[in-house]
Formats: sequence, structure tokens, C-alpha cells
Amino acid sequence: MAPIATILGRKIHRWSLSRLSQAKKLSSSPSSSDYRDSKSSSKLIEKILIANRGEIACRIMKTAKRLGIRTVAVYSDADRYSLHVKSADEAVCIGPPPAKLSYLNANSIVEAAVRTGAQAIHPGYGFLSENAEFAQLCEDEALTFIGPPASAIRDMGDKSASKRIMGEAGVPLVPGYHGADQDIDLMQSEAEKIGYPVLIKPTHGGGGKGMRIVQNSNEFVESFLAAQREAAASFGVDTILLEKYITRPRHIEVQIFGDKHGNVLYLYERDCSLQRRHQKIIEEAPAPDITNEFRFQMGQAAVSAAKAVGYYNAGTVEFIVDTVSGQFYFMEMNTRLQVEHPVTEMVVHQDLVEWQIRVANGEPLPITQSEVPLSGHAFEARIYAENVPKGFLPATGVLHHYRPVPFSDTVRVETGVEQGDAVSMHYDPMIAKLVVWGESRAAALVKLKDCLAKFQVAGLPTNINFLRKLSNHWAFEKGQVETHFIEHYKDELFSDSVNAEQAEEVYEAAKFSAAIVAACLCKKENSIMKENHQDGRSLLSIWYSEHPFRVNYCAHRDMELEWENEFNTGNLVPMKLIITYQQDGSYLLVSESGGGSSPGIKLKVKQLDEHDFRVEADGLSVIVTLAVYSQGSIKHLHIWHGFQHHHFRQKVGLELSEEDEIQDKQTSIETAAHSPGTVVAPMAGLVVKVLAQSGVKVEAGQPILVLEAMKMEHVVKAPSAGFIHELNLSPGKQVSDGSILFKIKDDE
Amino acid sequence: MTREESAAEKLYNMTINVIAGKAAAAGATRTESLRKSISSIIHKREMSLGVLPDGVDRNSDAFARNSQVMEGLLSQLRSHIRKVLAGGGPEAVNRNRGRNKLLPRERIERLIDPGSSFLELSQLAGHELYGEFLPSGGIISGIGPVHGRLCMFVANDPTVKGGTYYPITVKKHLRAQEIASQCKLPCLYLVDSGGAFLPKQAEVFPDKENFGRIFYNQAVMSAQGIPQIALVLGSCTAGGAYIPAMADESVMVKGNATIFLAGPPLVKAATGEEISAEDLGGATVHCKTSGVSDYFAVDELHGLAMGRNIIKNLCMAGEKGSPNALKHVYHYKEPIYDVRELRSIAPTDHKQHFDARSVIARIVDGSEFDEFKKLYGATLVTGFARIFGQPVGILGNNGILFNESALKGAHFIEICAQRSIPLVFLQNITGFMVGSRAEANGIAKSGAKMVMAVSCVKVPKITVIIGGSFGAGNYAMCGRAYNPNFLFVWPNARISVMGGTQAADVLAQVEQGNKKRRGIQWTTDEEKAFKEKVAEAYDREGSPYYSTARLWDDGVIDPADTRKILGLCISASVNSTPQETKYGVFRM
Repeated sequence: MAPIATILGRKIHRWSLSRLSQAKKLSSSPSSSDYRDSKSSSKLIEKILIANRGEIACRIMKTAKRLGIRTVAVYSDADRYSLHVKSADEAVCIGPPPAKLSYLNANSIVEAAVRTGAQAIHPGYGFLSENAEFAQLCEDEALTFIGPPASAIRDMGDKSASKRIMGEAGVPLVPGYHGADQDIDLMQSEAEKIGYPVLIKPTHGGGGKGMRIVQNSNEFVESFLAAQREAAASFGVDTILLEKYITRPRHIEVQIFGDKHGNVLYLYERDCSLQRRHQKIIEEAPAPDITNEFRFQMGQAAVSAAKAVGYYNAGTVEFIVDTVSGQFYFMEMNTRLQVEHPVTEMVVHQDLVEWQIRVANGEPLPITQSEVPLSGHAFEARIYAENVPKGFLPATGVLHHYRPVPFSDTVRVETGVEQGDAVSMHYDPMIAKLVVWGESRAAALVKLKDCLAKFQVAGLPTNINFLRKLSNHWAFEKGQVETHFIEHYKDELFSDSVNAEQAEEVYEAAKFSAAIVAACLCKKENSIMKENHQDGRSLLSIWYSEHPFRVNYCAHRDMELEWENEFNTGNLVPMKLIITYQQDGSYLLVSESGGGSSPGIKLKVKQLDEHDFRVEADGLSVIVTLAVYSQGSIKHLHIWHGFQHHHFRQKVGLELSEEDEIQDKQTSIETAAHSPGTVVAPMAGLVVKVLAQSGVKVEAGQPILVLEAMKMEHVVKAPSAGFIHELNLSPGKQVSDGSILFKIKDDE
Repeated sequence: MTREESAAEKLYNMTINVIAGKAAAAGATRTESLRKSISSIIHKREMSLGVLPDGVDRNSDAFARNSQVMEGLLSQLRSHIRKVLAGGGPEAVNRNRGRNKLLPRERIERLIDPGSSFLELSQLAGHELYGEFLPSGGIISGIGPVHGRLCMFVANDPTVKGGTYYPITVKKHLRAQEIASQCKLPCLYLVDSGGAFLPKQAEVFPDKENFGRIFYNQAVMSAQGIPQIALVLGSCTAGGAYIPAMADESVMVKGNATIFLAGPPLVKAATGEEISAEDLGGATVHCKTSGVSDYFAVDELHGLAMGRNIIKNLCMAGEKGSPNALKHVYHYKEPIYDVRELRSIAPTDHKQHFDARSVIARIVDGSEFDEFKKLYGATLVTGFARIFGQPVGILGNNGILFNESALKGAHFIEICAQRSIPLVFLQNITGFMVGSRAEANGIAKSGAKMVMAVSCVKVPKITVIIGGSFGAGNYAMCGRAYNPNFLFVWPNARISVMGGTQAADVLAQVEQGNKKRRGIQWTTDEEKAFKEKVAEAYDREGSPYYSTARLWDDGVIDPADTRKILGLCISASVNSTPQETKYGVFRM
């Protein structure tokens, strides 16, 4: 470890002297002489810089705070007002929004650590967490990298190398090709040897990025090239490996932990089989339906894997379990703290971030293998801003309403956002992780379902309803998880009804919600009006009494809502309601549909606070939450009650719009009703490839453009056969969500 | 310390001493708790000094009978209302919808503040008045708040005879303007009318209180700083064209609104020019070229939104009525008795007496009524109360007006005028006392004093006819001729110069005298038939529907809504600064 004075000395010529003294004044860094002592007297970490953002940065700070360790946040310009910045003792801006220029900018981060006097850097997950050069840089700058040694990251980061080492250590491996020779013809022949289906994946990186399954040799070349491109964009290295694709696999991973004294133990396993787009969405610990013997074998294999690379700190050894043969194979080792680490924490009752810090401090592991407890069962559901029906495409937007479930001993919500924050296109669209614990899997599942029903997000599309469908699925309830679960049950998971009777039920539930929304809106409007005219408490306030007065008849009004059913996108179901203000203070709601009108329901509403209402219908009273926000000329209404959540739209009254806006509105209506054959961007993103030009004749389904957003590639295909028109895009161009990309017409 | 407080203190100390003496053995702590509880009793008593007794026997036959009869009257009222709410019939309503136009009440609903109240006036104007059905007289009027500002709405109903003006339509329009002028309420005219109803032009056009008066009123109100706003939502032909033209600001809706002195057919006849209605007098012409209108709306909803915006931007300058110059009110209590019992108090037989206090108890805050001169002239009940926190002086009849009652009434009105307290008249009056003794005592002179006071007093006056309204009693109790700001009637009310039987007797006597002079013998049967005919006519013409059809009042109301409506009326009436009252010569 280089003496800190040397580093400062080296920095001085980079920074101006005045800037340094200013920085020192600003930061509460101990004087450099303290640092010198730290080397000899094994001084503990007192200040950590967290080289990450979002929920994981907040999560790390929580433990640091508990331990009395000061925290430094780093942030990009896009994150200036983020929760992780607010939560830290100090914060340093490290660059513009693109990750490459900020969270992946190792130099800026190290500079920030030096400037603030942080002794250690916690990389979180993603970004630089598995970057051996960064770990090395930290070491060189006398900063403690809270993670494994750079050598272990390097060994495990190269998937081909890691497999070789694992094979030598006797850890079971999936048949495949891990060679350095990346010649496409050789690769293809290797694929034939392994036998299709074959998995193509980059040797570096993880998280499913760049991974492709190839069903037959015809698809091989295109997939291989795309995987190379993505790998290069994401990880800077484009080497690819091939593997046997296991058709009914489970993804089980083992949490291991090592200290700097050569001790390694395992903290049992997590089942992460529930995945979409090769990314986990529900994880659990322990894995359901496995024997203790199997658990022990996997644990042992994981410990051997770690020991083979001289591992310390937190790591995860991922195995693929062939449900048919009952065999498990080593897939890869993640040399960092995983997203889903909380499920392990919940069942072993340990704080893994605390362990990480203690290990980084040079302490031995606090317990031995035989002392690791295993109690109950935990689930983690990842709540993403994403468009489930559009193939889980990442979504962006503002969290107009955000109310996670309340925390408790058995319910954790790990989040890095607050109401009003935006989920931008720059980073991972994860909003929160919901972690629940129960005595048994069944008990934990009850809690998971309850929490998901109460987890309120409005403003952007999320996967919450989908997670609810998953957690309610009979096969999931039975613990019959496997990696293709979602694909396998897609008919049940991607629609809200499987038969007409169920469809009717779903529709009736939406209608009932619409009635509640209407009644709550009336109530809310009344209280706002009352408040507005209460000043001076003039006699005028009697015009805004609880129920609007009419001479000799009951006041009534109609309200037109559109039900936005996410399982039936693009098909808004209109719902017209007539609300009559009853003498007794209740509302009579009659919904008109298709000419006929149903018998009304009488609702009594009491407003509890800004968003919450107590609604009584037919003697049954429920608590209702209503979130309202406007986007352009559309008002969005979200309602939660019991296990129901519905989303409605309402056209905003002209009250709010000026004459000019009306003209605007008309133009936007015109563009909204695109002429047939128009292809719009399914998401905001960057054009990476243009595969055809205007005037060219194309077949239906032919790839035209490749867009990249959130580091995922998305191929835009021709919706029908015809000629391309108005394609004016080139690689590097940014497109916004819904913008017109090109048109397909029958004629040239 | 005010006198009342010191009196209360004295009473409190006295009571304490008495009780403390008795309870001396019980010890000091007990005395302390007694002190507290007595203090709270006195406090409560003080608050409830004026609380009226219930005064209603819910188990009596009269209560049951009155409730039953009133229920019948109310269902009749509601069925009349249902008919007029439907407008000019399904065909006309559909045609209107086909033009992307709303019905007049729907238009008003979108103009007033969302979820606020609307005080509609004279819903049954024109009821059985003409050979044809003319719901609400073809025009909707009423008061409601827009951006917290009370406005008078006058909306043509295009589904009723094309929105043309019958004589009663004109009368209703003028009445709305009269109220607006008296209460200083901005006027919103929702114009959609074919102008005067030509077959009845003689009753519509020439007289003082006819069509031309509408524009005269607009000019005069505008001069007084009372905003005049026109929203042209449909046609607006000939004379009607002056409504937007005379307005301070006006809006026109593209496609539907037209303003011209003569429509395309007349133009073709007169000049041979062939032109479409839109090109002749559409929104584009008048907003871009002629300047007849100020705001161009792309559709009706847009036009209505613009109407709201115009009101939002109003700012009446200075004394002429700064927005919401309403009296500050403090916390108020609801009456302690159920307001719905008002439906069971008044009998339909006007010979049956009922106590005005039981009505007052169900109208005023906390049922508290501090009666003035309770023991003198007891047939007129006078006193102070609050309605939704607003202090009011109330006059209610408890029988025939005698000398003393009339003098008491005049006195009370003078007090309220001095203090700028609005007056509420609850009419249930068969008239002034007659007979030699009354005449000798100068009943006419006493009555004249009360009529003088009622006429000249410059505080807001609101009259509700809760029973009979006969003869000079109608005058003294602020009948229509005495310019009350608002006048409403209960469905059981009767209004005429005298009762039907009395009139029949008087007329029969006159008729008999005539016949006698001519030497004709009148049989008892003939006399009976004559009397019945007179009584029948009086009964018909004394009906509240006969009254309301002709706009002798501002509407027939459910007794249970009386408190609410009084509150809304007072709120609308106290919009302007109080004026000084000057009386004429009181005959002493």
C-alpha cells in the first residue's frame, strides 16, 4: 500500500494547490498523519465511498451508518437529487449521465475518494464491481476495495478461464466450448459438436447481457455477431463462449464468504430460476424442494470454487441444475455482492454488508460453517419500470405516486428512489426490491402476495401486476420453479383471463373500481373546493357543501373513464359513469355500457388523507388509495383496494388547456392515429444499426433497425411486407419513445 | 367584563354559595367539583338561552295528516320538475346532441365550480300557461359560483320552441337580471335562441317590461360595474343579436354560434345575396372581422371553459363589490331539530293554526331564536337568529295582524335596518284584523306603518310563503310587490286577495243585490252554483303552481330545503355594501 502522502503528493500536481486545500476544508478527512498510522495499527475503516447508485448505494449506507462509518456518495449529473446522494454524509459529482463517463469512470471515483478522505470503496453490484483493473487501481491508491482480490475477479471474470480453473478443482461443468479461437466457422462447428440448442454468451460480464440461445445452425451467425456487438458495447471485450443449453434447468446459486485468513464458508443457496430476458425477477432462499444432501454438495462445490481462486469477501457461485437428471453444473462465479443478497440475509440472520466491511478490515469471519443458522424462507421480488406486454422492455418515467409497503422485521424494501423521482434511460430501471420472510415457504408466499398487492407505484409501467400473477401461480405455489417458467406458462401469465367467465369477472371488478374512483374523485374535488373557499370563512362556503345542492332534484354528473388494462394493451375500455349525489351524503353510481345501464351502487366515502379513502358499499367498507397525475391532456388514475389495482385514464377538462394547447392537442391526436404501416420506437433508445434503406423492398419480420436502450439490443422488424419509406435514421441517433421510425407502404 | 358576563358570574357565585352550604359536610374537594359542573351548566344555559322548544307533537293526528298531505304535494312537485328537466322532448334533445350541443342545465353544470351548488329559479315558469308545453318557460336561470364568484346564469333552452322568447320567457329573463342587479351578480348569458316568438310579438316586443328591456338592463348593469358576459353557443338572431353585442365580453363557438340581424333567407329576400349562416355571422366572421365577439371557441366545451376563464379574470373595482365581500361567519350549528319535519308542520287547511316558531326552530342555527317583544302583539313573531352564521331578523305570522302586531313589525324592521341585518319573512297570513273596533283603533294606519317600513328598508329581504298569503297581509309581509330579493313558496301555499269562500260570499252578496234591483229571484241552488264557481276559480288561481307559472315567485320549494335555500339567498344578497335606509312619512 503506497503511503497516502505520496498519493497526495502526486495529486498535488494534478490539482491546483488551492483546490486541494478547499477540498480538505470541505471534507472532514482525517489529516494525512492519521493515515500513516492506519497502516501500522490496523486502523478500521471510518469512511466508505460507495461507487454505485440507487438502492444498493442506499443499502450499503444503511449498514455503514449503523456501524458509525461515514459515507461518501458519487453521482452523475442525472442523479444530483437522488436518494443515495441525500442519504450520504458527503457526495461528489463524477460526471455526466452516461455510465461510461461517470459510474464507470474509475479515475473520477478514485479521485473522489482521495478528495473526501475515504479509506475504502464499496463497488456495489454492476458498474465497476467486477472490474479487476478498478480493484487494482484502488489497491494502488491505498484504498481498500471492499470485495475480492483483483486476481480472483480476473480469474472468474473470464468465463473461459474460470471454467478451466473450476474443472481443475473438480467442480462439475456444463459441456461447451471455451476456447480463445473465436473464428466463426470453428465456433459453429463446436456448436454442432455440443448439439443444439446451444447457448452463446460473452466471456465477460453477466446479467444475461449479450446472451443468446441458438436453436439451429441457421440462426447461429446472426446471433453470434449480435452477441459480440453487445459484449463489446457493454464490457469492452467481445470474446464469446458456447455451452450446452439445458432445456429444463433451474438456476441455483450459493452464497459464499471468505476472509483474508483463508476461511471460506457458504451461506446456503438461493433459487433464482424465475427469470425474464435472462434476468432474475423473483428469488428465494432456501431453494425449494432440494435435499439437505444436495444443499451440502453444492455448498461444498462452491467453497472449493472460491478456494481455487484464493477468494475472500462476498461471492456467489452460480449453478445450473438439470431438473431432468438432477445434476448441477458450475456456470459462473459472481465476484461481488448480488442484487438478491437480502434473501440470504433473511434466512441466516446476518448482515452481509457488515461482513464485507469486517473482512475488508482484515477480521476473520464471525462464525464458522457449523454455526450458520438457516431459519424460515425468504422471497425477493424485483420491481422494475418495464413494459411487460411489450416483452419486458425497460420503461422510463416519473414516479408520480410511490408508496412501498411499510417495513418491518419480516418485510424489507430496498429502494433508491422516492416519489417524484424519474427512472431515466441511463441506468437500470429497477425501482425497488421487495424482500419478505416467513416461517415457511407458504407463510412467506402469503406475505409476498400481500405486499405486492399493497406496493403502490403510478406514473410509469411496472411489473408489479406480473409479479403478482407469478406469485399467485399454482406451479410457483408448489415450488415447481425452473428457468423457463414464464415461457412455459405464458398463456396464463400474459392474460388476465383464460375463459369468458373469468373475463367477465375481471371486467366487473374494473367497473367496480371505476365506480369507486369516480366517487373518490367527487369527494376529493369537494374537499379541495371547500379548502379553496374557506379563507375568511365567508358565507360563500355554503355553496361548496358536502353535496352540491339543486332545487327539487339531486345533482348528478357523468364521468368518462378509460380502463387501461395492461394485459390488453392499446385497447382502452371506455367506462361511462353517472354519479348522483344522494340526500344522505352518499353517491349513487350507475355505469352505462353499450346502451344499457346496470343497476347503480351506492357508495359512502370518507376521505382519510390526501390519497386514502374509506369507501362503504353495501355494508362492506374498504380502504382505498387513489393516485392521480396528469400527462399532457390525460389524467391518470390509479386505485388500490384489497387485492385490486386498476389504472384508468380521463381526458383532462379544457379548463386547464389554453386555446393554443387545443391546437396542439389536435395535432397530437393526428400523430397518435398513425397511418397503417407506420412503425414507432417501442422505447427510447439509441440507433446502433440500420439494416435497410428507404425504397427497399422488405419481407414481413425482416430486421430493419437495431435500437439499444439500457444496454439491451432490440431489433425493430418490418410489420408487413412492402417498401420502406421515410427511414431517416443513422447509427448513433437517439430516438424517443413513440417517435416514428419508418413506414412500410405497398408501393415504392 | 360585559354586563352579561358579570350577571352570569353573580348567578354562578350565588348558586355556588347555596350548594356549597348544603354540601359543606361533603368536604372541599366535592365543592370544587360541584363548582366546575355548575360552571359548565351555566355556560351551557347561557348558550342555549334562546333555544326554541320542539313545539311539534309527532304522535298527533295533525302531524300524521300534514306529513301525508305534504308527501302527496311533494311527489306532485317532483313529477312536474322531472318533466321540465327533460327539456323540449326527446326529439329536440337528440337533435341538440347531434349538433354537439349540451342542454342548458348541462352547460351550467360545466360552468359552475365542480361539485358546487346551484340555486335554480322559477323552474316551473310557464307551467300550464299556454296551450303548449313550455318547460321552465324556455329559459333556465339561477345562481352558482364560478371560481368562487357568485354569478347569475341565464340560459336559453334551444330544445324548447327553438329557444324563442315567449312573454314568460322575457319575464323570467328580466327577473334574473333584476336579481343580478339587486345582488350585484355578474351575468352569464348562455345564448342559443331564435329571438322573439313572433306569433306573440305583441306581448313580447313593445311594452316597458318586454324584450327591449333585456338590453336596457345590460347597459345599465354594465354601467354599474356588474359584468355582462355572453357565451354564444347557438343561433342568436335579430333582436337576440344584441345580447352578445351589448355584453362586456363574448365568446362564440365555431360551427354552432351565429350572430346576425337577419338570417340567410331574409338576406336573400332583401338583397339577393346568397350566403351560408356560418359565413354570414359565424364565429370566424365575428371574432376575426367584425369584432362583434371577442373569443373564438373551437367547440362548446372550449367555449364554456372560456366563460369560466372570463369570470376568473373579473375584478370588480373598489366599493362596487370587491369579490366575495361577504360577511365573515363563525362556526355555526345545525338546527337541533330535524329540518325534514318542516314537511309535517304546515297544514293545507289554512284555517288550522300552526306556530311559526316550530318552523323557525328548523331553519336557524342551533334552533336559537332570540325573540323580540314576545309578549306584545303576539300574532307576529319577531326576533334575531343566525342562518349559516349570518345574523338575520325573522318575522313570522302567528295569526291575524292586529294593531300591536303591525306596530311591532314596523319597529323590528327599523331595528334591522339600523344594524344592516337581512330580513326573512315567513308568510302565513289571512290578513289584517277587520271590524269596527280594529278600524276605530286605526288598523289601516298601523298596517301602513309596517308597509312603509317593509317598502323602504334597504337590507336584503327574503320571503317564504309557508301557508296562506291573503290580502294586505301579503303587502306587510313583503309580498312580490315589495321587492324582496327572493321569494319562494311551499307547495301547500295559497295566494290571493282573500280566501275563496270569503270571496264567494262577498261576490254572492253583490250579485244578489244586483238581482234584487232587477227584481230577479235567485234560487239557493243558483246561489250555491255561483259561489262554487267563484271558490273554484280562487282555488285554482291561488295555487302555488298558478303563481310560479306566472313568475309571482322565484320557485316552489320543498319545505325541508328552506334553511339551505335561505342560506344561499342570503349569501347571494350580501354581496354588495349595505345601503342607508330612508323612510317616507309615517302616519302617526
